[in-house]
Amino acid sequence: MNLQSLILGVIASTLRVATPLIFGTLGELFCERSGVLNLGIEGTMFMGAFSGFAIAFFTGSPELGILGALIIGAISGLLMGFFSVKLGVNQHVSGLGITLLLTGLSLFLSRVIFPGYQVLPSIKNVPPLNPFAGIPWLGPIFEQYWLTYVLVLILPLAWWVLYRTNFGLNIRAVGENPEAADGAGVNVYRTRFLALAIGGGLMGVGGAFLSVAQLGAFSPGIIAGRGWVCIALIIFANWRPLGVLWGGLLFGSIFALELRLQTLGLNLPYETFLALPYIVTIIALAFAGRRVIGPAAVLKPYKRE
Amino acid sequence: MKLKFRLERTPSPFWMIALLPIVAVLITFIISTLLLLLAKANPFETFYYILISPLSSRTSALEVLVKATPLILTSSAVTLAFASGYWNIGAEGQFFAGAIAAAFLGTQLGGFPSYFAIPLMFLGGFCAGMLWALIPAWLKVKLNVDEVVTTLLMNYIILFFLSYLLNGPWRDPVSGWPQSPTIAPSTMLPKLLERSRLHLGFLVAIAAMIVVWFILSKTSLGLRMRAVGKGKDAARFMGVNIGRTLFITALISGGIAGLAGVTEVAGIHFHITDAISDGFGYTGIIGATLGNLNPWGAGVAAVFLGLIATGAQSVSRSMDLPVFLGNVVQALLLLVTLSIILLRNYSIKRVT
Repeated sequence: MNLQSLILGVIASTLRVATPLIFGTLGELFCERSGVLNLGIEGTMFMGAFSGFAIAFFTGSPELGILGALIIGAISGLLMGFFSVKLGVNQHVSGLGITLLLTGLSLFLSRVIFPGYQVLPSIKNVPPLNPFAGIPWLGPIFEQYWLTYVLVLILPLAWWVLYRTNFGLNIRAVGENPEAADGAGVNVYRTRFLALAIGGGLMGVGGAFLSVAQLGAFSPGIIAGRGWVCIALIIFANWRPLGVLWGGLLFGSIFALELRLQTLGLNLPYETFLALPYIVTIIALAFAGRRVIGPAAVLKPYKRE
Repeated sequence: MKLKFRLERTPSPFWMIALLPIVAVLITFIISTLLLLLAKANPFETFYYILISPLSSRTSALEVLVKATPLILTSSAVTLAFASGYWNIGAEGQFFAGAIAAAFLGTQLGGFPSYFAIPLMFLGGFCAGMLWALIPAWLKVKLNVDEVVTTLLMNYIILFFLSYLLNGPWRDPVSGWPQSPTIAPSTMLPKLLERSRLHLGFLVAIAAMIVVWFILSKTSLGLRMRAVGKGKDAARFMGVNIGRTLFITALISGGIAGLAGVTEVAGIHFHITDAISDGFGYTGIIGATLGNLNPWGAGVAAVFLGLIATGAQSVSRSMDLPVFLGNVVQALLLLVTLSIILLRNYSIKRVT
């Protein structure tokens, strides 16, 4: 294997692996910026992966699968809102509860909808596109699934919504100081519900990317803690869209390198490489730990007096 | 005369609080009915198999306690942590740490009598769970790293470590299965009753639950723990060393979760595989919440969760429903309980 194809291969797979992480982290960004830590992310991505797969299987359309995952993810976000915003219960426990519920529900439904399968069937996944195949040398990097290209639009859009629109200002306001925002006439509950729906939708698409685009299949280990990596990424990204991009690419490169390192013949058990992204995440948090300050109202339910 | 009622924000009378768990179970099963109709199963039959059938024979009723044993331990571990303001979501990983220690010690201590080997196994499991809780606790206290994420990630890391052990040094040389060697007979936990799988681990679990209750409500350490749990600012004002208290909390909690790994390896399976946990660490979070962060409540909740788990197995055998129904019902019960626990602060008043 020559060096050029090795480097290009790592870059291409970094972009591919980073895509679901960036979708998930952007989703969490909307939730946390509005003042809700959404630990339902792992379950929402899992449900997105399953529902996207199931819809794509029965309709034969991967695009409909992703749309379905978007909608079901948004509903999961609203469910999180019911507990954390409407009822104002503990965000840690309700988020974990949503993850447990959605994970169990996906597995339950996978057996009910696909009875008799030991391993679920594969689906025709979205073919990758390569609009820039003609570019010399760099061409192979651009062979990506269309959802990766969608990120090129969504990242600036998320930045624009959060920093350049009234709605984004409201999200950030209710995430920092809900009392003041309420005093200024912002509907705290509605803003948080909307932010959670957007966030949940993005998480659902992130999960569906794995099943519908990358793998064309669904298995119980499909998310494998990627949601929790996103929760760490958001700290690393300092709760900013641009940080989400860099963090996503950095972590994506670790997941991508994990596969290449195994082929280099280092004398280490292959599980070391599989565990690497999780270990690196913890180390990164240790370095980011002291200086990070998240949105002030996260974890604090708002009660209107 | 027309009767009018309204909800008033005053603490509920005792009879209402006592009714809340029953209401929670009812609502949970009403929601589950929707799922069962989707799966074309008879809800009444399902609920019979989940709630009643396991209690209808001696064997299956004792099996509920067998299932509850690790859950009592993880629920107690999580109760201690959450009541002290430390969000230990890593009981699952700490469970595996204890299980790996037990699988290792079980093959090493065969030459010793049981009364020496078994306590050493529990000690080893406790230390292993503590060790796995150490890194997140240290990062939390020294570098202010959020423990929720780190404890969660540690759960995945230990699974890779176990996978390495099972595919490498511990792989069964004869069958080639990824399963550790069987532990020595003298390290297997003795059975408590004839014709049942109920083992010594159940008593250890009850003892651990009582120890958690004792620490939290009868010691000055527990007083400091609960102060930190109530609010870090107030605790600091009281002169509590918050970092130290959180650190100790994390280690004890991790150790207790590690004991659960010992009970499963030395009491039930006698070897370790990667499928040894049915999400016991995560179910411990449900148990702790259902028990309202009270160790006795957590113990009762753990037995009830054990009932649902046993029932889900009998449902999947008798009615061919996915065993994951149990996980769904447990998670629903958690969310419903979280919601209706708020009603504690209300009472129904007649408007005159």
